[in-house]
This record gives sequence, structure tokens and C-alpha cells, in this order.
Amino acid sequence: MEINKDNIEKKLRDAFEPTYLNIDDCSSGCGLKFDTIIVSKKFEGKQLLARQRLVNDLLKDEMTKIHAFTQKTYTPDEWEKKQEKAATNPECPIKSTSACTGNCGNCPK
Amino acid sequence: MSSAFLFRRVLQQCASRSPVSIIATRWSSSSTESQTAASLDPEFKKKIDDFVKSNKIAIFIKGEPNAPRCGFSNAVLQILNLHGCDFKSKNILEDEQLRQNMKNYSNWPTFPQVYFDGEFIGGCDILLGMHQSGELVDELKKIGIRSKLADVNNKNASTSN
Repeated sequence: MEINKDNIEKKLRDAFEPTYLNIDDCSSGCGLKFDTIIVSKKFEGKQLLARQRLVNDLLKDEMTKIHAFTQKTYTPDEWEKKQEKAATNPECPIKSTSACTGNCGNCPK
Repeated sequence: MSSAFLFRRVLQQCASRSPVSIIATRWSSSSTESQTAASLDPEFKKKIDDFVKSNKIAIFIKGEPNAPRCGFSNAVLQILNLHGCDFKSKNILEDEQLRQNMKNYSNWPTFPQVYFDGEFIGGCDILLGMHQSGELVDELKKIGIRSKLADVNNKNASTSN
């Protein structure tokens, strides 16, 4: 199966039933590159490493061909707290990163 | 230069494509060979066991600490420098066998790879997450390293919310 954003998204949705999922395809001349944010109840009670191993195992075959892959994994509670913090924090630390969805409504367009 | 400014620079470099494009022609994509951890050469395993266990912080990166060849490896280096940590590193770009074997040793498909006291911590995302949450200061304390940001953390904790 071709490795692309849609196929990866489908796998992640099926496995994690995320309440929020964002995948940026940042592939370039040096290869396939995906930045992901995954918010799922299935991460509850798991440390960061265990969460990322779950994702790595799911995408084991794809990983051998992907050049770079970043993953930010949150439980729904953690994600909500993060959004609240961004809303009240004028110096938003997310703004300049790939995690910025551009639609939390806090930055003037 | 404030640590908040430096931190934003680290995040920007993580997202930036330009450090990655520098190495575009240098290396090929990951091998599709699949070895299991059990099939690791015992001599290699012992060498890596010794390396990660005899250094409080051991990292496997692309490039050298003063010349990283990858944005993610650079991010790890910058975070460790922000916290004032000493560490030992290995350049996986110089040793293809090391590069492939470490994926099995750590059961982790990518680099950089970070070890604290012989225990695998994760890659750039995890270190960044731990740095953002303040958890990294605590983890460093557990291995006997006082982070330069330990006092900053305490100050922030008492004034936030």
C-alpha cells in the first residue's frame, strides 16, 4: 500500500479512535515526512514512551520507508488543558510549531 | 538570551526543513531488513550496554554535537544544553552497522535516541515533551543531574494559574 497521509490517517483512526487527529505531510526532496498530533483515550495511563511505541508498532512497515516522523500524543484531558493554556497565554508556545492548527481562535488573522 | 527564546528557536528548528535538506544527498532511506533484538551480535550488544550504562546521558545522533546533521538531533542537543547537561554521543551517520543495529537494540526506528542511566528515554519528541512539561528536570534529578532550569521551573510553577 502506498504510504501517504490518507493511509496513515486511516490506520491511526482505526487503532486509536482519536478525539483529535492532525497529520501534516511535510514530505520534501529528502523523503517522506509526517508531523502528527494524536489525541486519544487509549493513551490514558501510559507514559510518553509507551504511547510512541504503540504508534511506532502500528506504523512499523511505513517507518522503514519514512524519512522523518514526529508524533505528539495526548489524552483528551491533556489536550484540553493545553488548549486552555494556549488561550490564556498571550505568548503562545505552540504558535511557531507544526502543532499549531491555526484555528484555536486566539491569534488575530 | 532567555531560555524561552532559545526554546522557541529549538521548536522552529524542529519544524524547519532546511537542516534536513542539507543531508538530502548524503544518506539513503532506512533499510527494510528486519532483524530482531535477539539476533543482535553479542559483542555489539555488550559494547552498547557498556556505553549507555557507563554514561549518565548517552545519545545516538546524526552528526556531532558541534555539527549536527539533522534538525531533530539538533533539538535534542539544544535541550540538553539548555539544561546544562554533560553527555556522550555517537554519530550514527559514520557507522552504518551501528545505525541499523541501534534500531533493534532500542526497538526504535528513528534517530536521535536518548538514554539516561542505561535506560531508553525516547527520541526528540519525547525529550521535547518532557522539557515542555517540566518532567525533564525531575528525570535529570533522578540520575543525579541538577538542571540549570531547576530554579526556573520552581519559579514558573509558583506563579502559573
